Amino acid sequence: MDQRFGQGEIVISKVDDLINWARLSSFWPLGFGLACCAIEMITTWSSAYDLDRFGVIPRGTPRQSDAMIISGTVTFKMADRVRRLYEQMAEPRYVISMGSCSNCGGPYWEHGYNVVKGVDRIIPVDVFVPGCPPRPEALIGGILKLREEIRKETLMAPKAVERLLNKQKA
Amino acid sequence: MTTEDIAQLIQDNVNVEVTVNTKQPQHEILIKNTDIEKVCQFLKNNNQLMFDNLSCLTGIDNGPKANTMEVVYNLYSITKSYRLTIKVMLDREKPTLPSVVSVWNAANWHEREAYDLVGMTFENHPDLRRILSPDDWEGHPLQKDYQEQEKYHGITVKYERD
Ligand code: SF4
Repeated sequence: MDQRFGQGEIVISKVDDLINWARLSSFWPLGFGLACCAIEMITTWSSAYDLDRFGVIPRGTPRQSDAMIISGTVTFKMADRVRRLYEQMAEPRYVISMGSCSNCGGPYWEHGYNVVKGVDRIIPVDVFVPGCPPRPEALIGGILKLREEIRKETLMAPKAVERLLNKQKA
Repeated sequence: MTTEDIAQLIQDNVNVEVTVNTKQPQHEILIKNTDIEKVCQFLKNNNQLMFDNLSCLTGIDNGPKANTMEVVYNLYSITKSYRLTIKVMLDREKPTLPSVVSVWNAANWHEREAYDLVGMTFENHPDLRRILSPDDWEGHPLQKDYQEQEKYHGITVKYERD
């Protein structure tokens, strides 16, 4: 796609590739941060790391977002809100869990009565980024990982599973 | 003005029982829980003291063995540059004491925090709700014998090993 085009020429592509390409290069997360990890996330948007070059631009509302970066400690008080925001996002939606806190409770795993021990207990997570806090490079790594996953998606119904099911029936 | 002088001043003007403790580096005045509002009102309005700033209000649980709770008031007089620590001991079974919101508005959120985390009740507080934990949280987390609830809104609270 990044080759030069002349005038009136035709590009041939698969629908899957086109849609995946569009999705992964305009990857808009919901703009919110939860704890110290949020500082690293904000830094990742700064000019030094420049997340914008990946098309990652924070949005102010879940209706316009494709992804959620859970950047920090999820308390039980916040858990209800996180779940609600996730439900308000349109499909397809992705979740990146950033930092030990949202991966498993982090430093609060034992005595943190107020901390959810892993955000995957309330919403499905696509990519976990380890660290306390993860450096901006690590977050970018997580985003690249998720882009790889999106690149592999397909709109077609999984034929292999269908065949397998038919076989079992027969 | 030393802590003893202030205690003397309280005793002369307000009819309450006052004990001074100078054993620790930070001297403190101990008073009965029912007298706290009266004493605070005096400390704020007295021209010699003018304690116009409530720097901090802390709730402490001493555990079921001691069976007491404490509330500590750190006062500062901006005009006179005096500091004062007041301590109130409470019965752990029935930890109630008058609120000092009518004296310093700053006490409002401090008292809500002490109520939320340690569990003492402040009488005549205008809005005694939890401030940090969710409204439907069970128990007061900073009590020494606190047991966290098993589930909150369907989420297991404890960490589980595989
Ligand atoms: S993982 Fe570490 S840096 Fe991130 S929110 Fe938790 S304590 Fe803070």
